[in-house]
Amino acid sequence: MRAPDADDILLQVERVALSFGGVKALRDVSFNIRKGEIRAIIGPNGAGKTSMLNVINGFYRPNHGAITFKGRTRAKMQPFEAARGGIARTFQNVALFKGMSALDNIMAGRTLKVRCGVFWQLLRFGPALAEEVEHRRKVEEIIDFLEIEAIRKVPVGRLPYGLQKRVELGRALAMEPDLLLLDEPMAGMNLEEKEDMSRFIMDVNNHFGTTIALIEHDMAVVMDLSDRVAVLDHGVKIADGTPDEVKRSQTVIDAYLGIVH
Amino acid sequence: MIAFGQFLEVLIGGLMSGVLYSLVALGFVLIFKASGVFNYAQGAMVLLAGLALVRALDLLVANGFPLWVAVVLGIGFAAVIMAATAWLIERFVVGPLVNQDALTLFMSTIGVTFVIEGVAEMIFGSDVYPLQLFPTDAWFLFEGLFPGGILVNKLDVWGALIAGILVAGLALFFQRTKTGRALRAVADDHLAAHSVGIPISWIWFVVWLAAGLVALVAATVWGTKLGVQFSITFLALKALPVLIIGGLTSIPGAIVGGLIVGAGEKIAEVYLGPSIGGGIEYWFAYVLALAVLLVRPQGLFGERIIERI
Repeated sequence: MRAPDADDILLQVERVALSFGGVKALRDVSFNIRKGEIRAIIGPNGAGKTSMLNVINGFYRPNHGAITFKGRTRAKMQPFEAARGGIARTFQNVALFKGMSALDNIMAGRTLKVRCGVFWQLLRFGPALAEEVEHRRKVEEIIDFLEIEAIRKVPVGRLPYGLQKRVELGRALAMEPDLLLLDEPMAGMNLEEKEDMSRFIMDVNNHFGTTIALIEHDMAVVMDLSDRVAVLDHGVKIADGTPDEVKRSQTVIDAYLGIVH
Repeated sequence: MIAFGQFLEVLIGGLMSGVLYSLVALGFVLIFKASGVFNYAQGAMVLLAGLALVRALDLLVANGFPLWVAVVLGIGFAAVIMAATAWLIERFVVGPLVNQDALTLFMSTIGVTFVIEGVAEMIFGSDVYPLQLFPTDAWFLFEGLFPGGILVNKLDVWGALIAGILVAGLALFFQRTKTGRALRAVADDHLAAHSVGIPISWIWFVVWLAAGLVALVAATVWGTKLGVQFSITFLALKALPVLIIGGLTSIPGAIVGGLIVGAGEKIAEVYLGPSIGGGIEYWFAYVLALAVLLVRPQGLFGERIIERI
């Protein structure tokens, strides 16, 4: 595993609060993500994990607090601006373009990288042709990497769940992100699929040096994969540290098992 | 030989008018493909485009502009009106409804229909305005072969030509450009489209603009045929069976569906009319659509929907 550089902070979340009506989803949450690390966010159901991801990539606008990404602090942001800045993500319930093939889905991840004008694209000639070929090459690399050559022409709506999750990861990778957000990448998978997915996540981190923040329920997976773990409970951060530190923390054990009074 | 000549004439006439149905159906397909919304307002948009064009033309010609200048300026003006409409619709109607149910969006387009119809008639007037952009006389082909020849309307030929160009352009746009790919992506999943960096509001503006321009093209042809008037909005109803037969998501489907409906209703009128009573033209398309729905619910060219359980 790449040793994360302790001083090199990619994303800083500072005292973020978010509420929906009377429900406080996040209260004063602060943490950071270092360049090159795998950062896990865990917590019981309803702890605010997905809300945290949604704040980071701009789906939700926090009521308070600030987010600094690559040295730039911002108050509000549209999701497509986050994507432009280099944040890619996957979703808890797989959000793919169901009518399109696996290949086209991953190609969609290249949307922001297309530079040629509409005119050249229409003619598919000159610079546009060269560019299209280059994008296809990148996408084929990702397809090879994720071992989904066999299904590249299949409309993703027909694929089994595990493969859909893999295609979704591929689409995020096609964006060549600086920060990759994975929302329960292994939910609903069998053991074998989970092992495959763990391997892909580690490889992405190792080979491409992509910083990854992931939410996951499977504790064994989280402890194996991540460099640091933040624990949320009822919208509050109750622990933060290496997997070992978190495992030993009494507050975390209480949050998961309930306190005996 | 007379019978065959007559059949050819009916068939050609039917196919040509079918192309004109396709022109209207195309607008529906565009928006449905790109946003999953059935746009009830397409007929109203044809009316708005037609009124803007014909009124601008009248005004310019009355002020002494030469005809071709007036036509260019008039089409430009109508295009600007359609762009403004697209922007307003995106900004105030469909934009705030991102991530809502398709039915909600459909209902909102019904509202848009009434607003467009009302505002268009308020600004541009509610009379019947004749429009003369294309020749309306006819050719008589193969006069040596068939007595009297085969009558072909020049306007229909123009319509077919324009539809062909439009379809080729749209197909290329959807298949090859980044924006085209983004359009299909937005249609499939709003959230996912957001996450790969597609600005939905821009895409929706482009879609409604494209539908508005298709409406403008349809208005030039239909306006020449019928005159620009309120009843042009009922074209939308004729486009419905075309869409069902061709498939809601397919641009070639809109064309083929239009051809089938156009040719089918004319042939039925001429050959079945005498035996089962006239007026078949008015309901034939709907019966045909019903039959297609029973056999192939997604239409001839539509994407098959597979639901995992």
